Amino acid sequence: MEDVLATTDGIIDVHGADQEALVEILREVNEVSGHLSREQMQRIASRLSLPLSKVYSVASFYSLISLEPLGKHVVRFCQDAPCHVVGGQQVWEALEHELGIPFGATSLDGEWSLLTTSCIGACAVGPVMMVDSDIHGNLDPQKVREIIARYRGEERSGGIV
Amino acid sequence: MKSLEELQKIKERALQRRKLSGEGSRARVVVAMGTCGIAAGARDTMTAILSELESRSITDVVVTQTGCIGLCEFEPIVQIQVGESDMVTYGKIDVGRVPELIDGHVVGGVPVAKWQVRK
Amino acid sequence: MAYRAHVIISGDPQQAQPVTVALLDEIGLLGLSNEIEVLAATDLTVATPSIEAIVYPDGVHYRDLTPDNARLVATEHLLKGRPVQNLMVQEQAVEPLDEPSTKEVRVVLRNVGVINPESIDDYIAQDGYAALGKVLTEMTPDGVLAELKTSALRGRGGAGFPAWMKWTFARNAPGDQKYVVCNGDEGDPGAFMNRRVLEGDPHSVLEGMAIAAYVIGATQGYLYVRAEYPIAIRTLRVAIEQAREYGLLGKDIFGTGFCFDLEVRMGAGAFVCGEETALMESVQGNRGQPRTRPPFPATSGLWGKPTNINNVETYANVPQILLNGGAWFAAMGTEKSKGTKTFAIAGKVKRTGLIEVPLGITVREIVYDVGGGVLNDKAFKAVQTGGPLGGCIPEKHLDMPVDYESLASVGSAMGSGGFIVMDEETCMVDMARFFMEFAQEESCGKCVPCRVGTRKMLDILEAICAGKGKPGDIEALETLGRSVKIGSLCGLGQGAPNPVLSMIENFREEYEAHIYDKRCPAKVCRALIEYKIDPETCIGCTRCARNCPVNAITGIARQPHVIDPEICIRCGICAQVCPVNAVSVE
Repeated sequence: MEDVLATTDGIIDVHGADQEALVEILREVNEVSGHLSREQMQRIASRLSLPLSKVYSVASFYSLISLEPLGKHVVRFCQDAPCHVVGGQQVWEALEHELGIPFGATSLDGEWSLLTTSCIGACAVGPVMMVDSDIHGNLDPQKVREIIARYRGEERSGGIV
Repeated sequence: MKSLEELQKIKERALQRRKLSGEGSRARVVVAMGTCGIAAGARDTMTAILSELESRSITDVVVTQTGCIGLCEFEPIVQIQVGESDMVTYGKIDVGRVPELIDGHVVGGVPVAKWQVRK
Repeated sequence: MAYRAHVIISGDPQQAQPVTVALLDEIGLLGLSNEIEVLAATDLTVATPSIEAIVYPDGVHYRDLTPDNARLVATEHLLKGRPVQNLMVQEQAVEPLDEPSTKEVRVVLRNVGVINPESIDDYIAQDGYAALGKVLTEMTPDGVLAELKTSALRGRGGAGFPAWMKWTFARNAPGDQKYVVCNGDEGDPGAFMNRRVLEGDPHSVLEGMAIAAYVIGATQGYLYVRAEYPIAIRTLRVAIEQAREYGLLGKDIFGTGFCFDLEVRMGAGAFVCGEETALMESVQGNRGQPRTRPPFPATSGLWGKPTNINNVETYANVPQILLNGGAWFAAMGTEKSKGTKTFAIAGKVKRTGLIEVPLGITVREIVYDVGGGVLNDKAFKAVQTGGPLGGCIPEKHLDMPVDYESLASVGSAMGSGGFIVMDEETCMVDMARFFMEFAQEESCGKCVPCRVGTRKMLDILEAICAGKGKPGDIEALETLGRSVKIGSLCGLGQGAPNPVLSMIENFREEYEAHIYDKRCPAKVCRALIEYKIDPETCIGCTRCARNCPVNAITGIARQPHVIDPEICIRCGICAQVCPVNAVSVE
């Protein structure tokens, strides 16, 4: 806990304890810690001399800031129209099936979170997803399975059943 | 920056340098490294080009990057210019295609027509 | 021993090994061991991520091989002599084409893909910062405004407000401190024009902003870029650093006493922040909710100070206009829409990507000449412009010119430049549902008609797609849509009903087919379709059965398979993995 708060303090120091920097601070703390805990929000509130309710209201507004702990790997699938018309629905279902969790959820073993992202502007190579900070394009259900398997470190070998 | 003359000098210097880098090297290789390029694997392509050149001990080739050139469906995109000849644009240059591309166009001097996307 | 064929396998040896084993095994089972030799290519200079194979003497090149599809290659190609098309490397996929297409004109994109975006010298070599130098040393703010007025440049963010008027308002507004802001929160799905400018030619935006700052009397600027564009943000930060080093940002620029500096602000994932007042709330560290207008940003923007806010593309046009003259710019385009516009073409079109064309070009020219036509030569259905807040343009308007007024007249919008092509296989109810889901999700919640109305409209659309539509639904969507439009403060609520309203207007019969006939003409809506395997075509390879996530497919190897519609979840994976296209949708 002390570590997490020290990191939070470090980020506040970089941006300055100013309300102007609140969105940046929240986003960066979230990025480093994986999510934003109540303790971190309290720390940010007291350093910036803001009520906790204000910090919470801003943090809960932005989709890239998570108030819940996320999995070790975070998959963000683009749910926007250009990816949708080139087969996004099938990829979406393949992801849910492959990871065994619905969209918005984190797996019980804490390995995976399955989220959506808004358009990342790589539409010409859609459907697109981000796994952690890597962008993967030209997806189809088969490719999704291969990519997830790669992150799981599995080697798949099969044969005619 | 204190005057227009100073800007003009930087411009001339930059143009001069561009010309010189063209003279000293046998070829220029440009990799498109926009988001779409990177999503399609441009980083790996860039690394493969550099290691391919290194493994052949080629040092007089300038490798640079540029933004997305707009042919996103053909990413990763690589452009090669040998000497004074026209810049040739190649599409879908994944890691596996790099050795043949370098061998054919940079070393052999003959554009690899089958992967070319711009005449 | 003489073999009739050789298969050479290449790729990372460790990954290639199971493929080789499977192939050898299948060749053995088929009794071809004496006829076909399998070789491993050992001299691999570069490890490829894909396992590839070349079959000689045919010269057929396969890629992305797995043990499964290696067996398929053995049974289909080596035994029956039928190369497996969808595993083959499609060399012909990269067709030679002339680019830029003759219909394109590059003003905003002239440097993109030409210069190294991380080199300010490269930009200066292309006359970069010459416009700023000229403005600061030779022109008055009013002179710049006059040139901008001649050019008739309109805002490229979507609304199309004349830039010179916006700048004049901010210039005339009283205030001790003024700001310029660049809206780089390009949130429309499928629109990535600004990303490309920011990633490929960042200095053009910086220069445009500096000129705006000189005209309105600002000393500080903010570039607000969405967090989904990390590469653009990095490139901009490098550019700002380099401009500071050269003294093109900072104090006493060009020795004229003009001071201006810039900061990049990153979004945190909220579509509504693309709305200018919501964006300013976000820069100030608040929830990105729109403000009531008036007052407009020109008089009361960031921290209540006079602020000029324009889109990335608008600023990127400015240096060119001042170098070449307003008349040069005004010579391109139509009477009311001058200059060029960038569009991101996506969806069911042959050449996706980014283009820049003179305004006034027809929809047909963009789809067929620049975009190369509809993918797989399917029938054209419509184009969605203006993103999730725009509307669709059906086939009957293909020859309409693309300009601000024409698009608005058919219920669509210019928006920031998204151009999504839809073909006969796109369901217009599904698309409307999709856009409404987006708007509902992104509604900030401040205005009740938007918050509740988009939810209600989405409920109706979801019911129609699920086969539960009832008479009166179409009329209810129309009434609700009108209420949401007039009852919302910002562009999001005012635009959210546009896709569904324009789709109902142009494709009402599709909505009726869903509601009254329980039929989805485009064969998209799950509840209204069924997957079937054609027993004549099926080769019994078992791929579909093994890939089916719910085990709805049964059959014996090498005999036709059957899908149980009761279990089937209509995911379409079977159709995708079938090597002989035996799966159809009805």
